[in-house]
Amino acid sequence: MIWGGVVSFFASEHAMRSERLMQRAGIPARLVPGPREVSPNCGVAVAFRWEDEPEVEQLLKDAKIRFEAVHHFDLDDGLTAEEAAS
Amino acid sequence: MRDVYLDNAATSWPKPPGVLEAITDFFQHAGGNTGRSGHRRSIASSRAVSLARERLADLLGAETPDDLVFTKNATEALNLAILGLAARGTRAVTTSLEHNSVMRPLRELERQGRCSIDIVRADGNTGEIDLDEWAARLDGPDACLAIATHASNVTGVLLPIRELAAIAAERNCAFVVDASQSAGHIPLDVTALGASAVAMPGHKGLLGPSGTGLLHLSPGIDIEPLIRGGTGSQSELEVQPDFAPDKYESGTLNAIGIVGLGAAAEYLAEVGVASVQARLTELSRRFVEGVSDIPGVTIYGPADPGDSVGIVSLNLEAIPCATVARLIDDEWGVMTRAGLHCSPAAHRSLGTAPDGTLRFSWGFDTSNEDIDIAVEALRTVADRSRNATPAGSVA
Repeated sequence: MIWGGVVSFFASEHAMRSERLMQRAGIPARLVPGPREVSPNCGVAVAFRWEDEPEVEQLLKDAKIRFEAVHHFDLDDGLTAEEAAS
Repeated sequence: MRDVYLDNAATSWPKPPGVLEAITDFFQHAGGNTGRSGHRRSIASSRAVSLARERLADLLGAETPDDLVFTKNATEALNLAILGLAARGTRAVTTSLEHNSVMRPLRELERQGRCSIDIVRADGNTGEIDLDEWAARLDGPDACLAIATHASNVTGVLLPIRELAAIAAERNCAFVVDASQSAGHIPLDVTALGASAVAMPGHKGLLGPSGTGLLHLSPGIDIEPLIRGGTGSQSELEVQPDFAPDKYESGTLNAIGIVGLGAAAEYLAEVGVASVQARLTELSRRFVEGVSDIPGVTIYGPADPGDSVGIVSLNLEAIPCATVARLIDDEWGVMTRAGLHCSPAAHRSLGTAPDGTLRFSWGFDTSNEDIDIAVEALRTVADRSRNATPAGSVA
């Protein structure tokens, strides 16, 4: 699956919490190894569909989760097939 | 012989349902290092630790999980808070009921000439503390650091922690609470309490595994970490990250313990800490009623354990408490803790130094039958001592 958006964080704790928050809100989201171009800081990032971008940003702000940036970035989630198979 | 474990104030046993399962599940399905790598087992570990932090934040009323720092025990949490906040002032004010995990870091700061220590006397039997004196000691032109235990680890008596916190807040004085004996045993809302920092073990009333502790730092409290090192974040920088929780959590976390602690927090949220407290109070009353007519018994602490954290301390006349502890363990399987409980000042103020007391402490799993066995054991030991000649030869 190609995700159109990626949120990067300073701390992995915040990436974990954001993934939970989005999933609880019914927004498809997934923790991914952060691509170097967008996530130099904590190694993991949260991928989401770009059409959900306004909602994602609002959720993070409401929950006062510290994030580095929201990127419009095509991320091919290679792990999905691998995980589905395991 | 049945195990009658009445030493929950040292560490709780057994742990509630779900803790062992969570640990096993972690080993099977996670097991990577938290916050380090991008592979599945690392991410699964990070998710599990993050969920545990969230559950604990909910249980304790923290504004955000970022305000909770994982430590290896309450002692580390207290050291982090005291050494971190002492940088703000040169005067420390505390009570006569503190544990050595408060007194030793303070005495070291005093030895280094970095602070003076004022000790306000608190009554180990009633919990009474002169609030005017507390306020007077906190007053002063220079900044100060106040520290108080929520409940005595010797008698279980509660201090008026909200009043102490309010007086400290009025004076803009940093305030550290040692919640070692209260966390998980009486409802605690760290946000409502308004202390600068609240330290607690994960392995006592919070029912997690040993090797776990927590420090709640109120929003806006930013202190020096105890140690610095790898956090998995900002790896390109050779200086410590300045954001919580990473700033305070260098090195690989005790993920296995934290995951168990998270499962324990889930259990406590389900049963309700208020109902745990009600049960502990019931057990304290049953025990005190049972032992109060034993000839030669002296019970320390509140006359009525109305708000009990599940601790009763006592002594039998003419028999050292360490001997009583050994006898009731050997013959009845009753496990307690005798001695000074790392709180020499509290025992001095109770008049029980240097021998100390015999401390009984209950947990969520303690049964009425456990209490009755302990009462029977004490009664028999006391009877034998009275019938023996000369007195005390029972040892």
